[in-house]
Amino acid sequence: MNRMFAIVEREMRKFFRSPTLMIMSLMMPILQLLIMGNAFGGKIVGEKVAFVDYDHGPQAVKLREAFNSIAVNIKTFTTIEYTDEVQAREDVRTGKINAAVIIPAQYSRRVYAHDAPVLGLVVDDTDQFSSSSIESEMQLVINSLTAPVIQPRMASQIALEIVELYPYINYMKFLLPLTVALAMYISVMIGGGMLYIDDKARGVHEGYLVTPITSLELVFGLNLAGSLKAILAGICLTVIGSLMAGLGTIFHLMADLELLALIIAGSIAFNGMMFLLMVRVDDPLVPRAMFGILNVLLLYPSGGMYPIAAFPAWLRAISVIDPFTYCVDGFKAVLLKDGGFVAIQYDLLFLLVFGVGTLLIATPLFKRTM
Amino acid sequence: MTSPAIEVAHIVKRYGSFEAVKDVSFSVADGEIFGLLGPNGAGKSTLIRMMTTLIPLTAGHAVISGHDVAREPDAVRRMIGVIPQALTSDPDLTVEENLSIYAKLYSVPRAEREKNIASVLEAVDLTKWRGAQVKTLSGGMRRRVEIARGLVHNPRIFFLDEPTTGLDPVSRIAVWEMLSKLRATRNLTILITTHYMNEADKLCDRLAIVDHGTLVALGTPLELKHNVPGTNVVEVHFDRETEEWQQRLEQLEGVSSVQAESAGYYRVLTSSGSKTTMQLVELAASLGESLTSLSVQNTTLDDVFVHYTGRQLRDEQVKPPVFMIPPRPGMQP
Repeated sequence: MNRMFAIVEREMRKFFRSPTLMIMSLMMPILQLLIMGNAFGGKIVGEKVAFVDYDHGPQAVKLREAFNSIAVNIKTFTTIEYTDEVQAREDVRTGKINAAVIIPAQYSRRVYAHDAPVLGLVVDDTDQFSSSSIESEMQLVINSLTAPVIQPRMASQIALEIVELYPYINYMKFLLPLTVALAMYISVMIGGGMLYIDDKARGVHEGYLVTPITSLELVFGLNLAGSLKAILAGICLTVIGSLMAGLGTIFHLMADLELLALIIAGSIAFNGMMFLLMVRVDDPLVPRAMFGILNVLLLYPSGGMYPIAAFPAWLRAISVIDPFTYCVDGFKAVLLKDGGFVAIQYDLLFLLVFGVGTLLIATPLFKRTM
Repeated sequence: MTSPAIEVAHIVKRYGSFEAVKDVSFSVADGEIFGLLGPNGAGKSTLIRMMTTLIPLTAGHAVISGHDVAREPDAVRRMIGVIPQALTSDPDLTVEENLSIYAKLYSVPRAEREKNIASVLEAVDLTKWRGAQVKTLSGGMRRRVEIARGLVHNPRIFFLDEPTTGLDPVSRIAVWEMLSKLRATRNLTILITTHYMNEADKLCDRLAIVDHGTLVALGTPLELKHNVPGTNVVEVHFDRETEEWQQRLEQLEGVSSVQAESAGYYRVLTSSGSKTTMQLVELAASLGESLTSLSVQNTTLDDVFVHYTGRQLRDEQVKPPVFMIPPRPGMQP
């Protein structure tokens, strides 16, 4: 045991003596949280919409007033007067404007005559976010204009009453679980994988192998040290990220214990996976080359950025065995939903089984000789 | 009669069809400094790695301090201290921390640890640097840290793989002196690999010359030199190179071999340095040629190496550059 702790001591002393690893483990996830959290979470504003009016009737004036009200209030778009529909379409195509509303001739008359009035909306659907925002604002305007002035006593249509269980979750908060998992993964990748192979290449392992240390002590020492580094990275990012995103969960003791359990289980899982991947590698270039590939392969299918339900079957299969998926799910359950241990028990179980399992496979693959 | 500290019998190491070590046998007595001399790639490091349990033997057996390397590797590891070729102490850790971690890896009890660290630091003259981070030390001092690290558990046998490679001449001599002192004060058996002839000559009690995985000669430096025909080496440099010099030199009385080193430069092995020198001067004068330099010295291990392997050690060390950067226009040659 003493020999195993000597390995841990060496790794941790190095870790604290050279803060670069800690800083680099935290910097990328924090930047991701800061930039992506702000970039993806915001509402679309300032789009330009052409207003082509061939009607000039009272209903067209009502529409113009409604659009002007959007321009000064919610600011999703501002309208620009066009006289030619063809020119407006061309300008949408060339990107000068984002959409064009076309009010055909006789529009007001058709409205009053209940004769299926139609408005045209030309959108640039290469940008789904902008076009759907304009479409939805436009739909709201039309709904309000077509609503009856006097509400009927008996509602004829089925109404859906939505109950939101949690307060509004902005994108930064939504992204935090993935960011914590990412910090742990980077710490394992740099502090576990890369340093392990670098030490091998520098001959440090040769120094270990001539001592009476056993394979098991060496493997467990290296993995314990790697997991401890990831745990520290996970704790730091949970605290910093929660403060950045404005989440108060970390101020509740039970939630802290649940988060700690997840961080420990996640660190063991990431570390076990990394050790299994690196156990027979000697070339220091390999972990560096694998870093990006693993990042894409594990991060995106985790459901931390986009719902797993929207994935094709092959991508869902990756999510099922991806430790990121269970880390993200667990952190979401605690940080965003305050779900308690019941909500994270299966995530914890998977992460621990995955971590121990990969370590059990890696241990016999570890060579006690050079 | 005491059993040898190291006994190696017919050991072989094969990597696929390549035989890195071919049927090597030797033994090292207790308290001896034994050298493995050979060029890079000769198989010295493979030999040392087999003896220190780092790589398994393909055939043969090695017994270290009474323990078989293959059957009792842990017992062997407890008996030995090993300094690998590369500097592997942690640069971010202090000297003392490096030693302490290795003492723990060798399960040195807490009570002895402090005492051992103080003692080895004193032995390598690094006591006042015990709190310094290794990265702040010079190359020579870092090598001394490695030596201290290998001794922190009081081993009986000390293996050093090219311990002075990359050191300046002053640091190299300091390491030699330190190893001699350590052997005397700690009753250590030392096995060292080197490709420096003078290191092997000055430091080792006995030597094994290894070439292409084969042990080609074994003995004390003096014995090995005596085995070389000729007692003196005359190095001569003629002003002008002609094709006949080699033949003319071989015909001189007492000359056993002539080796052309470079244009007009010859190394002549002779039984009488003074007689050959006189003949050389007379020969040059009679032919109207002039000598640029002439020196006489005793046979060195260089000559021993040439004698046993048919080539010079430095031929292996100095490889021709693969790519030459062309001179910049206008640059002086």
